[in-house]
Amino acid sequence: MQLAMWTYEGPPHVGAMRIATAMDGLHYVLHAPQGDTYADLLFTMIERQGKRPPVTYTTFQARDLGSDTAHLFQKAAKDAYKRFKPQAVLVGASCTAELLQDDPGGLAASSDLPVPVVPVELPAYQKRENWGASETLLKLARTFAGPNSDGTSDGKSCNLLGPTALGFRHRDDVVELTNLLAALDIEINVTAPLNATPADLARLPQADFNVVMYPEVASATAQWMQRQFGMPFTTVVPIGVGATREFIGEVARLADVDADHLLSSDLSQLPWYSRSVDSNYLTGKRVFVFADATHAIAAARICTEELGFKLVGLGSYSREFSREVREEAERHGLEALITDDHMEVEEAIEALRPELVLGTQMERHIAKRFGIGCAVISSPVHVQDFPARYSPQMGFEGANVIFDTWVHPLTMGLEEHLLTMFREDFEFGSDQVPSHLASEGETRGEEPPASVSANDVIALSWQSDAEQELKKVPFFVRGKARRNTEKFATEQGLSTITLETLYDAKAHFSR
Amino acid sequence: MNVQSSDRVLAHSPAPEPVVIRERGQREVFCGLTAIVWLHRRIQDAFFLIVGSRTCAHLMQSAAGVMIFAEPRFATAIIDDRDLAGLADANEELDRVVNRLLERRPEIKMLFLVGSCPSEVIKLDLSKAAERLSKQFTPDVRILNYSGSGIETTFTQGEDNCLASLVPECPVQSETSPASLLVVGTLADVVEDQFRRLFAEMGIVEVAFLPARTSGDLPALGPNTHFLLAQPFLTETARLLKERGCNHLSAPFPLGEEGTTAWLQAAATAFEISAEVFAQTTEMPRARARRAIAHYRDQLDGKRLFFFPDSQLEPPIARFLAHETGMKLLEVGTPYLNQQLLQPELDLLGNDVILSEGSDVEAQLDRCRQAEPDLVVCGLGLANPLEAEGIATKWSIELVFTPIQGYEQAGDLAELFARPLTRRGKLKV
Ligand code: SF4
Repeated sequence: MQLAMWTYEGPPHVGAMRIATAMDGLHYVLHAPQGDTYADLLFTMIERQGKRPPVTYTTFQARDLGSDTAHLFQKAAKDAYKRFKPQAVLVGASCTAELLQDDPGGLAASSDLPVPVVPVELPAYQKRENWGASETLLKLARTFAGPNSDGTSDGKSCNLLGPTALGFRHRDDVVELTNLLAALDIEINVTAPLNATPADLARLPQADFNVVMYPEVASATAQWMQRQFGMPFTTVVPIGVGATREFIGEVARLADVDADHLLSSDLSQLPWYSRSVDSNYLTGKRVFVFADATHAIAAARICTEELGFKLVGLGSYSREFSREVREEAERHGLEALITDDHMEVEEAIEALRPELVLGTQMERHIAKRFGIGCAVISSPVHVQDFPARYSPQMGFEGANVIFDTWVHPLTMGLEEHLLTMFREDFEFGSDQVPSHLASEGETRGEEPPASVSANDVIALSWQSDAEQELKKVPFFVRGKARRNTEKFATEQGLSTITLETLYDAKAHFSR
Repeated sequence: MNVQSSDRVLAHSPAPEPVVIRERGQREVFCGLTAIVWLHRRIQDAFFLIVGSRTCAHLMQSAAGVMIFAEPRFATAIIDDRDLAGLADANEELDRVVNRLLERRPEIKMLFLVGSCPSEVIKLDLSKAAERLSKQFTPDVRILNYSGSGIETTFTQGEDNCLASLVPECPVQSETSPASLLVVGTLADVVEDQFRRLFAEMGIVEVAFLPARTSGDLPALGPNTHFLLAQPFLTETARLLKERGCNHLSAPFPLGEEGTTAWLQAAATAFEISAEVFAQTTEMPRARARRAIAHYRDQLDGKRLFFFPDSQLEPPIARFLAHETGMKLLEVGTPYLNQQLLQPELDLLGNDVILSEGSDVEAQLDRCRQAEPDLVVCGLGLANPLEAEGIATKWSIELVFTPIQGYEQAGDLAELFARPLTRRGKLKV
């Protein structure tokens, strides 16, 4: 039993819903109690979908238990078919129904539906949302994938695998990659599951290779298709300028096309923006990253190689991809934080005091409490992370979007100077938060000094000029400056902190 | 389309009673766990520990939306494979989780173990667990249990079960104590204060609220206790209060000027408050409520309204909107119709209203589209899809999160329904 106040991933059947809702012509009949219908609002409220997810819940009640939950399931499946006339029906159980062991697959099979029935078994007490999505896509591919390409192909077509409903910028990433591949004369055979029908899935093997957009969802399917049909797949996720260039190289090799024209042109503003003088202030900004594996790994690379930040923490809740995240962390001399306990993430952020947090909806809340700038880079996300404008993460336009959204929460170069120059002005108290950080007019004082462990309780007193000087340190590093100075003073056996001590400590700890 | 996937019964009794469509089909409502979202804000030293699955935890964070606190006073003990392997383990695990939780949160004075579908299907006995853990934590923490599961409860029934679990904890009122008034059902603090002032002005001073703001504040119960329900969904709580000898003051619910007056009148009558005093006390706020509602009458008068079943608040709210704003009722859905508790409301609603009890969401959607309403009251899952079809909606969940009871909120209640219509009038895109 695990105590959870907040979860990064929903149960696995929500992963299956993300596949079913992304697709056309597929209906999901879910054996579940009434409360599980809350999942509809993820799609209709958070993603603002204008239609209900194609899901029928059996909504069994206590009085049905033991007597006729099986009958209820069959009736729901038949009614759903009659009403929605899908090309295929996906059937499964939520956590409660799994305990009833009604066997939705068998029940649906014996209901004589005139369309294919695809049962997905998703162990709700072991697995989670992304695994559920991955397993569902694999099951659908195995069911529907028709025969291999007939050999007339010219080797220049691929499938885009992985974009789902409720995915972080999935829709825009598909547009971006479709354009990018078109520029290389590579044709998209099928994009799945987003907007694909079961009939489209039958055509999957006609492509020459697969593009794995989101490994959490698509790796298993791509690997199976490699075994089954000998189809290779891409290994680079094109988020960031460097990764996009590598991705172009990879698909160019797979499709045997010439990519030089693409690789030699300046298609993203990021490299120039990052080199322009105003960006000097970005150098060495301390960044903490926590996300799904795909976005966490991509962010680590962009932060260090493309924005000149210093990565101080890297983690992910994607246990299935913990090896990859650990390897990436090692490259940066860090130990990856693999957890789905947000309290642990909060502790890590508190201890590391980064200047920027790149994370999920949850890290946004944590960062807000600490007064640290934050950008959301991964699911789980909230309604504001489905922007009206086009804002992919992948490809060259994605890199532009990333530059803007990650740099924005940091104090702007010019503004940082102004803060320093005017901080003594009466209307510009030293607690002033940069305008873009203050939400709802809040200001934030200095972080309380970190608690000191018992054996170093030497009464440290701050002389007033030192205290004054400390106030001039930008608020988001002030707590750290105080702690470092006190630590330094303690180590030196000093009991009074003077202006001198403050600057000695600064010199001692300067990076 | 004429697909009927429910067992529909048209119950037509001989007496002149409203038509009630009874449906038993697929539902599109939250389970009782969701009530924790407002209960934990009301009882400020209580913690709600759901014993459930990842689904339950996910429901809570989705329903609570952006309300994520540093240390929220609710959480889920997620049952996993190892717990399913043997029940003894599950009990030990639960004790471990509770111990850890209470160690971390010494300010907690009351802990509710909240049952879910999985805990009930595997027959994890939470009342035994509460008993066992109570022994350990007495007197620092009181540990109670109730069911918020989707197989037993619909949405607001979670509050009913929570309050019902408090009734046996209430002390016995001494036989000689003076008559007291108990108001039952979660109200916003501001509404509670308004009612306290009104009762005091009338001369009713022994007034308690259940649940109170702190868990230790449990009212004494006995034959001298008169209770008023502030919420219509408290079937089980009312039953247990009656078992304790308390006297139920049957009344319409305190929504709108009419409902609030009738509700206060029930207390005034029981406490033998004179008509003059009652009139004096209520005259000004009644007039204020009428004035506030009048602002919205133009927008609402004659507009056609359709309710999907959600909170059980539908019949009293429908009565308010029909009588005080002139809206036309097409169908009033409610997940459960307690004829007895709602009789005063049904009397006011009259016989030409169409009620529906239970749910069959697809059939209901068909009826809704056919009725061509100007406004639909529904849950969050249906709102945007209906809006996308061109139908204006009001989320029913706002009706349980917003203070709507009493005179001073009557205008706000009308405004909740006017807003979507006003907004549509403004938008030219
Ligand atoms: S319906 Fe049951 S399983 Fe689903 S969230 Fe509610 S209590 Fe949990």
